[in-house]
Amino acid sequence: MDVLQTLDAIWSARVPILHGLGNTILISLLSIVMGTILGVVVGLLLTYGNWFVRLIVRLYSDFLRGTPVFVLILACFYILSVVGIQLTAFQAGVFALTLFCSSHVGEIVRGSLQAIPAGQTEAAKSIGLTFFGTFFSVLLPQALRMILPTWVNTATEIVKASTLLSIIGVVELLLSVQQVISRTYLSLELYFFAGFVFFLVNFTIEKVGRFVERKVALPT
Amino acid sequence: MTVPVLEIRNLHKRFGSVEVLKGIDLTMQKSDVVSLIGASGSGKTTLLRCVNLLEDYEEGVVAVAGEQIGYVERNGKRVRLREREIARQRAMTGMAFQQFNLFPHMSAIRNVMLGLVKTRKMSKDEAYATAESWLERVGMADRKDHYPGQLSGGQQQRVAIARAIAMNPQLMLFDEVTSALDPELVGEVLSVIKGLAADGMTMLLVTHEMQFAHDVSNKVVFMQDGRIAEEGSPDQLFYHPKSERLAAFLKNSKF
Repeated sequence: MDVLQTLDAIWSARVPILHGLGNTILISLLSIVMGTILGVVVGLLLTYGNWFVRLIVRLYSDFLRGTPVFVLILACFYILSVVGIQLTAFQAGVFALTLFCSSHVGEIVRGSLQAIPAGQTEAAKSIGLTFFGTFFSVLLPQALRMILPTWVNTATEIVKASTLLSIIGVVELLLSVQQVISRTYLSLELYFFAGFVFFLVNFTIEKVGRFVERKVALPT
Repeated sequence: MTVPVLEIRNLHKRFGSVEVLKGIDLTMQKSDVVSLIGASGSGKTTLLRCVNLLEDYEEGVVAVAGEQIGYVERNGKRVRLREREIARQRAMTGMAFQQFNLFPHMSAIRNVMLGLVKTRKMSKDEAYATAESWLERVGMADRKDHYPGQLSGGQQQRVAIARAIAMNPQLMLFDEVTSALDPELVGEVLSVIKGLAADGMTMLLVTHEMQFAHDVSNKVVFMQDGRIAEEGSPDQLFYHPKSERLAAFLKNSKF
């Protein structure tokens, strides 16, 4: 392994690699944000919907969680265009990851809402809060604290899953590094480098997550 | 004649096929303090929870200050009120729970303020001042910025009572409020309730503290199998029980 040669290869390809990293971050960020918003709705419907709504949303969630992300990405890219929805590879990929993220966040939200003791809702009702008042003032703040660690975990899963977008031609970090490898044949070194960058991204997310967890922890 | 604070007529409540309340009648005037006693499963907590519609009821009438709680008669049909109406009606009564049920993510004073701001539409400043004075009243002013996790059970229950009573309810409901407390913390909560009774608060209590029920109430109701088996003045019920069941119950309760 020639360190200098590797560093030189990375340096001369810094613009496409940074571009790839930017894409990875953008894809992850969009998917996580949209997937979380959609996921909260999924979790709410799973918890409070009537039996019919719950059945539909349950099918949605189970289907998405039971399908490999890889298949989901291919499906969003190829099947949607067949039915006349033209998405770019980037859009289709983000769409697939958003769906994937929403099903996981939905389950986390449902679990945390159900874990809050019934007495909390009763106490809120007894001081005259409506369903929305109860949800936003009492349940959601407690649920968010509960889901934080698992949610951070889901976020890192999305970052890792974003590499799969390379197969539909989205030049994210992995594909941009692969393009350098195909020129330089430094496969071992550059895959290691790519892995390390992914680790840094996820390590940062974990650290920020821990920080927020400490910030919002309740004094005992 | 003044409108009773609470009027319950022929109240029936079922859980599936099991009828847990089999026709309850109870009337409370202003400043009445009524204690519900009886073995577990006799329906006293369910009765209390029907008053603020934490439990729906199938038959009969529960009326607070002359207004039926939860339902209206429309064209001879019994219709459940809308969520918003029920929320407004629930705020007519205050409730303290066995497990306190303070909101763990809010400080003591914010627990008390929540209903004042959201339901009573007070400004933050007004709510803060009101909450502070009630915390003062229950002896918790110096802990107003503590979170529930930082308070003892007795302190949490006193904050919970302040949270309910700050809403200025017409009627206070107490559901076994000392049952989850260590014995040495029971006294501080009971003395808060006694103070409220002395101030003329109308209160309906479910309790296992027989001495306390005797001292604080002007009427005691003994429930058995979803019915009111015996009711009367505390002295009458505790010292001259008519039924054998009540006598046996009192004996077991070490009164």
